[in-house]
Amino acid sequence: MKYFRYVIVVLFLLNFNFANAKVDDLETKITKNLRCLICQGQSVYDSDSDFAVSLKLLVSKKLEEGKNEKQIYDYLKDKYGEWILYDPKFDKSTYFLWLLPILLFITGGAIIFRLFIIKKK
Amino acid sequence: MKIRIPFLFLTIFFLAIFLVFYKGLQNSNIYVPNNNIEKELPNFQAQLFDKDSEILLKDILKKDKFYLINIWASWCVPCREEHSFLIRLSNQKNIEIVGLNYKDNRQNAKNFLKELDNPYQIIISDKDGTNSIELGAYGVPESFLIYNQKIIKKIIGPLNNKLFIEIKKIIK
Repeated sequence: MKYFRYVIVVLFLLNFNFANAKVDDLETKITKNLRCLICQGQSVYDSDSDFAVSLKLLVSKKLEEGKNEKQIYDYLKDKYGEWILYDPKFDKSTYFLWLLPILLFITGGAIIFRLFIIKKK
Repeated sequence: MKIRIPFLFLTIFFLAIFLVFYKGLQNSNIYVPNNNIEKELPNFQAQLFDKDSEILLKDILKKDKFYLINIWASWCVPCREEHSFLIRLSNQKNIEIVGLNYKDNRQNAKNFLKELDNPYQIIISDKDGTNSIELGAYGVPESFLIYNQKIIKKIIGPLNNKLFIEIKKIIK
């Protein structure tokens, strides 16, 4: 019974940790997907520039206000344009970018299939 | 004939990819933000520079009037360069200049204005830089020309003579 109590306390404390970690993780995830517009090839998460530090603060403020990931992206997209996101949206100017890997994968698969599996038969 | 069809297909496929990438190579990769899109002004709570009270941005900016929101800091060297243009603009009749003091020490900012004169009708203070992000700014110095609570022009970097004349033309 004594041990059981300890287990409960430990589990309780661990759960607190979880609640916290979730917010942090989302913040990390969002800031990693934001491009630091005044740095070269760095995400907001990686950068320590004034711009990135303020943007990180703003993201955590917005999360505290209860905004979700998509709302934050839309908000920043409206201010800074599509360029601020590392994951570009799927539209007619980016379909080639999104579909090319799949196309290459299918072509490669087809070649392997023809060369090895059909030949073996 | 058996081998030729996949070979031909592959050649065309890779040639097409090569062409697309080759064309992409010639595009400029320098990102230029679009500065002339009319945008709704965000409304946020801002701290006043010389008082400890807060104010809503839209309460400062009245309708049917031109405003220039200028982001500045005493530690920013280009801000010194553009200051004379701000003073000249503040002498114009139909525009008011709102200063946004960015991540600055209050005393240093006061000394800066004492030395170079104060062109601002009102100054708000942005201690952590989040207000500037809400405006859509990249850093200091930066200016936003506002009319009817809409951003009509965004100027990244210090003002110069060319921009000064351009602003004068717009507010006429």
